[in-house]
Amino acid sequence: MNEPMVSVRSLRKHYTVHKRPPGLKAAFASLFRRVPTVVKAVDGISFEIGPGERVGFLGPNGAGKTTTLKVLSGLLYPSSGEVRVDRHLPQKREDAFLKKITLVMGQKQQLLWDLPPSETFALNRAIYEVPVPQFRQTVAELTELLELGDLVSKPTRTLSLGERMKCELAAALIHRPTVLFLDEPTIGLDVSMQVTIRSFIKAYNERTGATLILTSHYMDDVAALTQRVIVIDKGVLSYDGALDELARRVRPEKRLVLQLDSPVDRATLEALGRVVSVDAAGAVLQVPQESVAPVVSRALATLPVGDLTVENAPLEEVMSELFSRSRAERAEVEDAA
Amino acid sequence: MSARSTFRALPTLFRIGFAEMVAYRAEMLVWVLATTMPLIMLALWSTVARDAPVGRFDQQDFVAYFLATFIVRQLTGAWVAWQLSFEVRTGTLSMRLLRPLHPMVSYAVENLAAIPLRLIIALPVAVVALLLVGSERLPKSALLWVVFLLSLLGSWLITFLANSAIGTLALWTGSSIKVMDVWLALFMVLSGYLIPVELFPPVVRSAVEVLPFRYQIGFPVEVLTSAHDTRTALILLARQWTWVAISFFLVGVLWRRGLRRFAAYGG
Repeated sequence: MNEPMVSVRSLRKHYTVHKRPPGLKAAFASLFRRVPTVVKAVDGISFEIGPGERVGFLGPNGAGKTTTLKVLSGLLYPSSGEVRVDRHLPQKREDAFLKKITLVMGQKQQLLWDLPPSETFALNRAIYEVPVPQFRQTVAELTELLELGDLVSKPTRTLSLGERMKCELAAALIHRPTVLFLDEPTIGLDVSMQVTIRSFIKAYNERTGATLILTSHYMDDVAALTQRVIVIDKGVLSYDGALDELARRVRPEKRLVLQLDSPVDRATLEALGRVVSVDAAGAVLQVPQESVAPVVSRALATLPVGDLTVENAPLEEVMSELFSRSRAERAEVEDAA
Repeated sequence: MSARSTFRALPTLFRIGFAEMVAYRAEMLVWVLATTMPLIMLALWSTVARDAPVGRFDQQDFVAYFLATFIVRQLTGAWVAWQLSFEVRTGTLSMRLLRPLHPMVSYAVENLAAIPLRLIIALPVAVVALLLVGSERLPKSALLWVVFLLSLLGSWLITFLANSAIGTLALWTGSSIKVMDVWLALFMVLSGYLIPVELFPPVVRSAVEVLPFRYQIGFPVEVLTSAHDTRTALILLARQWTWVAISFFLVGVLWRRGLRRFAAYGG
């Protein structure tokens, strides 16, 4: 690989948190004595990302995905380990580094609340020292791609969540960053807006070659935008590779989706494979990968099949199983301890 | 951001800061009304001095002093402690940290952007003051006017940097609003905002001379009302700017160390 755009070696980020049980007595006691607890948000992860790659960080809530993103963008200092983004140490927050990156957080905003988004665009132009002709061209492109229209002229506080998110993305890209950190960029958006945002991000990456690192709980985001996933759980990296391969490892079975011309009893279907669902219109069966061909042949020969497709298990189920296994393994370790 | 780049971005930063200020006109008016304590003290001390002067202050002196105090307060206010404390606690400081502009510069511009509006309030008061007490109390020499302008800048810097230092404490404590309340209480009493510093007992006055509060309000007011000769004014100006340098250094240290602790709360 060429020199990586992102290089992370043995990254650790630990927080000291003071826990306190509920109640007035505990609140009063905490004035005099607090019980510190070390939370290992990220506990020794290492990976590299090449220029132009699109990578998804996956993991359950509290896994350390956003913490990793914040370390990469320079918001947090690592407790230990080395992190480099385009040869910069993010925690130094050099101007040259900050001008190359952008971090879009679905739950935070940079748009000025009381002013139209166009003012935030102008502010970013001045701060990032974007030449005026380039700024005008960029704004025109973003307005068209994101269908902003006259949204940029209305005070941010009057915009809907989806409209704000589009304007947030535009504001984040005024300076044409080469590394995009996106933390749940489609959270809370309706389906059509999610599609719009995903299409735009992918187009931006393909057009500019920007490196993209994304966290999302929506598997559609991950499937549409990323070529590679890094799974983080309890601060530890548990998988780094292609999404398809992850799905095969966790859920190697395939799904047969059958459209049936007439109802078939469950027992008949169970003879072919595990029944995931069945109704009057059809059924979904889960079969081992190596059995797909013979089961498809038997189904076509013995059942009133109108249509048949072979699919992987939905990513949501794959992730759910992955996180469940992880929780079970941790519980075993804790019980043993 | 380099100094040159920051300088080039300033017109846009100020324009947007001003636009944010005027977005809520009622709030602006409430803020101005909340800083009218000097006018209340004017009425109080004028009444006290009705029959006999208090120290060197007769009624006209008190009128001149507190009108000058009102004007200086309008032009040197800062509120970054509340901004910083809030943004640290909610994690929204992240948005400032992601930009290639030092957050202290953006806070400074936002605070300074309110001055044009406050000038609109301060100027009529200045005119009234001139009409009421005449111009004989104003500085007589060009040098003293320069000292006044520098003292105004120094006053704002001490106020802003003190706010910044206290706000930065939130990186350790989560919130530093109560610390700011303590500072404000000391400011009210020791700066000359409520009582001219000259009227303090000698022991208190000695302490006030070495604390920064007097240089936030009292000193510029004293220069504007010709309370000092040129030599004394220059000595006090040097003391004020020593406090500016100390405050600058303190904020730098607190900010660099505190940023390592920033937890960037919120997803």
